[in-house]
Formats: sequence, C-alpha cells, structure tokens
Amino acid sequence: MLLHDTGLIYGRYLRQSLRSRFALLFGVLMPLLYLLFFGPLLTDLPLGGRGSSWQVLVPGLLLQLGLFGASFAGFSIIIENGQGVVERMRVTPVSRLALLLGRVLRDATVFGFQAVLLVLAALVMGLRAPLPGVLIGFAFVALLTVSLASLSYALAMKVRTPQEFGPTINALTMPSMLLSGLMLPMTLGPAWLDVLSHLMPFRYLVDAVRDAYVGSYATAHMLHGTLVAVAFTALAVTVGTRVFRTAGA
Amino acid sequence: MAIISTAGLSRTFATKRGPVEAVRGIDLTVREGEILGFLGPNGAGKTTTLRMLTTLLTPTGGAATVAGHDLATDPAGVRAACGYVAQSGGVDTQITVREELVTQGRLYRLSKARAAERAGELARDLGLTGLLDRKCGALSGGQRRRLDIAMALTHRPRVLFLDEPTTGLDPGSRADLWDLVRRLRDEHGTTVFLTTHYLDEADALSDRLVVADRGVIAAEGTPGALKLEYGGSLDASLQDTFLAITGRSAAPADAAPVAV
Repeated sequence: MLLHDTGLIYGRYLRQSLRSRFALLFGVLMPLLYLLFFGPLLTDLPLGGRGSSWQVLVPGLLLQLGLFGASFAGFSIIIENGQGVVERMRVTPVSRLALLLGRVLRDATVFGFQAVLLVLAALVMGLRAPLPGVLIGFAFVALLTVSLASLSYALAMKVRTPQEFGPTINALTMPSMLLSGLMLPMTLGPAWLDVLSHLMPFRYLVDAVRDAYVGSYATAHMLHGTLVAVAFTALAVTVGTRVFRTAGA
Repeated sequence: MAIISTAGLSRTFATKRGPVEAVRGIDLTVREGEILGFLGPNGAGKTTTLRMLTTLLTPTGGAATVAGHDLATDPAGVRAACGYVAQSGGVDTQITVREELVTQGRLYRLSKARAAERAGELARDLGLTGLLDRKCGALSGGQRRRLDIAMALTHRPRVLFLDEPTTGLDPGSRADLWDLVRRLRDEHGTTVFLTTHYLDEADALSDRLVVADRGVIAAEGTPGALKLEYGGSLDASLQDTFLAITGRSAAPADAAPVAV
C-alpha cells in the first residue's frame, strides 16, 4: 500500500511539475549564472585542490542547486493547505508517509534533472570529470534534496503561512551556503572559518563530491560525506514522517 | 440506530497565549439516514468538531464512534465510512476535473479502470459530465461545490460531512445543492451532517438541528420543537430562536454604538 500510494502521489506532483516548464527550468537559473559569470574568474586562481577550477566549482553549484531548490519545496504545501487539498487527501485512506515520500521523490527527480542540465552546461564551459565521479555527484544531490525537502515540508506543515516560512528558510539557507564552502573551498580561509564550517553537514557533502570529480573515490572525505548524507537523510525523513503522521493533531 | 455518537468530545489548542478550549465537551447522537444541521455562532467549535469526527484532528478528551468505528482506535475505519467537504473545498485549480476525480478514486484504492469508471458515474450523478476536461479553476462556484461533493462521495460513504456547503453560492446553486443533499439521503440512505450559517437552509433541509455555542451543545431538536421551546411559538423565526438559544440578541438594548 505504501508503494502504491507513494507512486500515486509521486505521479500527481510530477505531472504538476511537468505542466510548468518555466518552474522546471527556473531552479537551474541561479547556479547557471554562477557558472557563466563567476566560474571564469576562478580558472587561473590557485584553489589548492587537484584538477581544474571547474572540478572545484561545479560540485559546489550542484549542492547549491539542491540546497536552495529543496529548502523552498514547502511553499507548495502551504498553497495546497490554503486550497484544502492536503486535508481532503488526509481524510482518504492514503498512507500519511506516502503523502510525504511522493512529494519528496518528485523533488529529487526535478532537481536531478536540473543537475544534469547544469553539468551539461559546465561541460561546455570547460569541465572535464570522470563519469563515475559525475554520477556520484548526482547521488549526493538526490540525497540532499530528499532530506532538505522533507524538512521543508515538515516546517511548512507547522508554520502554515508564507510570511513565516520564506524568511525562516532564507535565514537558514544563506549561512548554510556560505559556511559549507560551496563556492570556494574552506581550506583557503583562516583556521577559525574552516573549523566553523565543519559544523555544517553540507561541508562534508561538497568535499566528497569534489573528490569524486577528480576521480578519488576511496578517501576519508568520501567516507565522511556518505555517512553524513545518509545520516542526515534518515534524520530528515524521520522528522518529516513524524510531522505528516500527526499533522493537525 | 445511531451512526454517530460522541461523549464529552473536546479539543483544547495550546497557543502562545495559553490553552484555548475550542470544543469543551460535545455529547451528540446522530441517527442513520438523518440530515443534521449543526449551527452555532462563529467560533462555537463547529469546524473543530467536524475535523475531529473526520480524523483530521485528534480529540484531547472524550470519545466518539462513527459508523461503528471508534475514532481513537480505528481511524482507518472511520475514514472508509465517511466523506468530508471542507469550507475551502480541496481541489487543485490547475488540473482537470477528470484527473482530480480519478486520482481521488485511486486514493480510495480503486484500480485504474475502476477509478476512471467511478469518475464517470460521479460526473453523471452530479451534473459534471460536460466539465470533465475543464480545469477545476475554471468552474463556477456551484459547479465547484458539486465537484467537491463528488470527490467526497467517491467511496459511497455512509456519512457525509459538509462544512458550510452553500457559503458564497447564488440562490439557484443553493437550491440545487439542497436537492442534491435530499437525493443522497433518499436514494442512498446517506447520513448528512452539515454546518451552516443560513438559518433558512437549516430550516428547509434538516430533520434535526444541533446548536453549539462556546464549545458545548446549547440546544437540539427538530426545527419546530426548538422554535416552540426557545422562540415561544411554532411561528417564531429560526433567527429569533437561534438568538434566544445562544443568548445573543441582534441589538442589545444597552449597547450604544461606539462609533458611527
């Protein structure tokens, strides 16, 4: 039943995404602008890593795409709460967990698609990276999307107004982006900033994807990144499930 | 036979300014096949009661059974037996009537073919056949309400809860909706539990009225019995009866206007 219901909810919301080509492409706009207008500034700078500047920047932009996109996913449920769609579904026998998972998997699909577009654009700009590394990068984007979208939906079920939701998400995403070194490696900065950034879970994810993009798969970064990503996803989905099970109650 | 019975059903919300007792103890019995009008001033706890009886909200006190299923121990059984139309309805304005009806059927675990068939049946029953491929947002108020009700009837529930179903409808659409409610009861024996602020509607449609005030039941009975008891005679208007029950007059004698 959970699979049946998740598939049903996934289908409904995927069709919703496909109806709006604009929304489907809009999410990739910001990282694409960074790629076009910020990426070329880095090509001759010493960034301290192996490989080209693109192998440092593109992993960061991929996670930025997931961070900003998935964090705002909850907006859609605030709109649906206003329309009464959420409650209408909640009086049917549908699995409460499926109401969350169907949506979250739709988000992972949409951002996965945008991640592919971003990498294709990066290839044109000059990125060269091994295929397994690129695929690992997509897997991290998917995990990040699933976890942040779960938390975003959970928050949206709690606060219920866009006026509370928008500023809260903004206040959380900006420091998360800056402190995880998505744009430039934190190792370039002073020690205190590097230490501080280790408190950010996304720091471990971006380090892992940067290793993957230069073909180093058996590293400490990869291990830590995988552990943090999986643990964060498990935590976020648990929180989301709890909220969706008891929502309104 | 009682299809809904509640005992001391209550709900307290925790807010920043302390607990708010939205429903303070509702004792209620609804007979099968009855059309029950649930009245009360704004804030009397009508919607909160409906949301508890449809499993959307967990009661903080008391107990209830709906169609033989206990609210606390068998919410799935309650969901299978009841349909609910909220004040706001509950359809996505961007998608078609057909897609909403079919998806709703699938949420009730019908097969794809059966869900499509059921969507057609519901559309025929509720006069939506010509509108199946229209977006929900492009329907008129009356058509939209019929769609909301069609969605709630997907699984042929024994009890239908309607929260202010005619608010915002023109007189013609209201009359159509009254006919629909009567037809549901007469043809399918559906018990209808509806809230309304329109006293003429309550008078015309309901077999029995329940008046809630400040989270408890202030009065109940047939429209005639209530008029006799609280309004003073059978000819009393339901308006005066209602005001007498809730202890609020339309224009209190000692209330000077604060500003004109």
